[in-house]
Amino acid sequence: MSDKLVIKQPEEFAFDAESEKQIEKILSKYPPKRKASAVIPLLYVVQDQMNRQTKSAWVPKVAMQVVAERLEIAPIRVYEIASFYTMFNLKPIGQYHLQVCTTTPCWLRGSDNVVAACMKATGIEKIGQTSNDGLFTLSEVECLGACANAPILQVDHDYYEDMNAASTEALIEALRRGERPKPGSQIGRLNSAPIDHQVSSNKPEAKSSSEGANNVK
Amino acid sequence: MTKLTVDGIQVEVPSGTSVLQACEVAGKEIPRFCYHERLSVAGNCRMCIVEIAGSRKPLVSSCSQPVGEGMVVKTDTEAVRAARRGTMELLLINHPLDCPICDQGGECDLQDQAFAYGRDCSRFSEKKRAVRDKYMGPLIRTVMTRCIQCSRCIRFTNEIAGVPELGGINRGENLEITPFIEQGLSSELSGNLIDVCPVGALTSRPTAFHFRSWELKNSDAIDVMDAVGTNIMIQVRGNEVMRILPRINDDVNEEWLSDKGRFSLDGLKNRRLDRPWVRINGKLTEVSWEEAVNAAATKLKSVSADRIGAIAGDLCDAESMFALKQLMNNLGSSNTDCCQDGAFYDLSQRGLYLFNSTIAGIENADALLIIGSFPRHEAPVLNARIRKRWLSLTQEFPIGMVGPLPSDPNYKVSHLGQDLSVIDQILEGKHDFAEILKSAKKPMIILGHGALTRSDASAIFSKVVQLATKYEVVTPNWNGFNVLHHSASRVAGLDLGFVPQNQGKNIAAMLNNGVEVLWLLDADEFDVKTIPDNCFVIYQGHHGEKAAARADVILPGATYTEKSGTYTNTEGRVQRSYRAIFPPGMAKEDWSIIVAVAKACEHELPFYDLESLRDQMVKNHPVFASIGLQESNLDLQKYTGATSKNIEKQPVMSIISDYFLTNSISRASSTMQECSKLRQTISAEAAE
Repeated sequence: MSDKLVIKQPEEFAFDAESEKQIEKILSKYPPKRKASAVIPLLYVVQDQMNRQTKSAWVPKVAMQVVAERLEIAPIRVYEIASFYTMFNLKPIGQYHLQVCTTTPCWLRGSDNVVAACMKATGIEKIGQTSNDGLFTLSEVECLGACANAPILQVDHDYYEDMNAASTEALIEALRRGERPKPGSQIGRLNSAPIDHQVSSNKPEAKSSSEGANNVK
Repeated sequence: MTKLTVDGIQVEVPSGTSVLQACEVAGKEIPRFCYHERLSVAGNCRMCIVEIAGSRKPLVSSCSQPVGEGMVVKTDTEAVRAARRGTMELLLINHPLDCPICDQGGECDLQDQAFAYGRDCSRFSEKKRAVRDKYMGPLIRTVMTRCIQCSRCIRFTNEIAGVPELGGINRGENLEITPFIEQGLSSELSGNLIDVCPVGALTSRPTAFHFRSWELKNSDAIDVMDAVGTNIMIQVRGNEVMRILPRINDDVNEEWLSDKGRFSLDGLKNRRLDRPWVRINGKLTEVSWEEAVNAAATKLKSVSADRIGAIAGDLCDAESMFALKQLMNNLGSSNTDCCQDGAFYDLSQRGLYLFNSTIAGIENADALLIIGSFPRHEAPVLNARIRKRWLSLTQEFPIGMVGPLPSDPNYKVSHLGQDLSVIDQILEGKHDFAEILKSAKKPMIILGHGALTRSDASAIFSKVVQLATKYEVVTPNWNGFNVLHHSASRVAGLDLGFVPQNQGKNIAAMLNNGVEVLWLLDADEFDVKTIPDNCFVIYQGHHGEKAAARADVILPGATYTEKSGTYTNTEGRVQRSYRAIFPPGMAKEDWSIIVAVAKACEHELPFYDLESLRDQMVKNHPVFASIGLQESNLDLQKYTGATSKNIEKQPVMSIISDYFLTNSISRASSTMQECSKLRQTISAEAAE
């Protein structure tokens, strides 16, 4: 990845007050001598802060240095981790990160349609690209671990489940308007319960209190 | 101990040994890339696969498999060979196979092992990957496409060098070895990466494309860039030094060599004095040897003996110092000094100026107090040993440091300040570090020349001896009293008594109008402006620096690569170095120059060749009788140098301001100049 050649890295990075609050909480989970273990959560903190500040969730190199100083490890150790995990973006991305799971269960349930809908709604031509308006980046990701509600479209940290082409386009339109639709199942499923609301083996249909339950056909 | 069978051979090895090591004990060679006996085990190249009968998986990587009782190991079955062939085929998929233009060619692990396990042609028809080369400073040339990701370089920088600057980024096929910031490695041991790298990914940058390894002839030598006495191999082609490599000596340098020792070699060719010169009518003029020797001899004969002095430099061999001292004594002068920096030593016992713990002994220590020394710059290889001890998991190794801290010392120290008054506090038990020394069973004190070159050095030395006595640093089975030298000739000079004898003058007195004729043997490390104008200077040495420019007679000598010589390292270990090439032009081996001048002075020396010189030297100084570490008893009870003087209140300073430029050879090396410039830019940027 010769990302270095094309990316303009910011000159400096410092944690803001909100990040500091999160960091304090994260570091309290680890013994002081083992605080290097907090490197992945801290990289998420960096990415979120970048999102807040620049509307692009990515990890610049200078931030890796800041994380390394905070955890008293060598910067290269942070770089190794940040570049190993695809969850960390080492170059600027769009304001909304559309991450479509295309692993087998999602694929069986129609993730190809979701990818196509993302492309159609955003104008992105190839996975990995950012839309011309700079709002969306489309990524293909490995199993998100929510196969029961496949297919999944993850937007930043939120899981939108039971997606299809129509709901994907609607979601993207809503994001474009600046809204954040409620994450979770887009067909009103309760958590990961069966789609027909069968929650026990002796009653075919359970009464549900959830709003969306009435919409299920 | 564990018993196992390797290819039908019964071996017994300590439990915890790896199968690979057990195979080596049985005399079986196991191919490997990632395994390196001085680095941690990674187990990622899969080349060292062997077959272990009855194990769940029949083929295991032997480097990461501990031995088990009754194990039956087979190293050369068809299954093993097939597995290794498979590994080799995968490794070669992305390897460029550019051996004909690769500097590693001929000494490449991949090439050698491909010979045994490689296919005759590739079955891979897809695109090979290419990796952008990384900048690792002026010493290391990188061709990262050749890299097989063994991770030895990452482990070396992390573990041995103590500068965690290299890492592997991305993953899978995209894995790349890279520094975080490409501004050059900050280690003084970075050249060892070239040796550690099993392929041609990391090769020597200054000598890139200069030679092929099979053209070189080896001779054994001793590195003179510091006082560690690193065992080196000088590789020459014709009459030119092409490469310097470390030799394995577990007692001294293990298998490491400092960058200055490895890369100063272009300095051996620059600014050389290759013919004699004599100052005639105020101008240095080329002359014949006879004229130069006679000019020196005439002057020596014309002044009274106590007005003659000799100063020996940092790179001298024991033989030439011995010959010069003999000449001085024959002339009747006792003004000899080998301490250009004016350092203070107590010569009453040999142990008072040596690194008594020995370098290997550092690994047994359990606490360390460093006073007025920064070993990373003064002795990088020894510093690696301190780091090794500090890293070892057996026992904590608290390190206290009194003195300057110009950069990261490569291990964690508690910095006790730059003010030496802290010694008094430790002595009185008022300091935290006093507790550490008290509870330590094998404490070590390293006294450096930052302290010994001060005007109050005798007071410091006396306090440190008190410290050593109080905290039982010297016991019948442990000697933790250490003086760390940085000049290769110093210990031999002190052993030979190349110091002011019977009220002779030391360097300060000599320079203060004490002498009319001053013989400088390779002495370049003092301010030549302090030589009085009316003083007649005979400069014997190999590089034309300021001292040579000031000289009235220049006698061109040989560098350490051009003469056989004996060097005593900071531990007091006597080691012999052998001539690799001939001195350039008319230059001669140093001892023979002195013998010639002595003859012209009609004070003939009782030796005519190196052998007879050495016989005489051994007769006068039995410590040179045998090669190796010389026993030196140290009894602090017998120390009589105690003074009531107090340590002055002023911070201890670094004695080495620039690691890369500490002697005439390294200053003449453009590689070292480049390293120095780079290091200064980086530290200037960091300071901003």
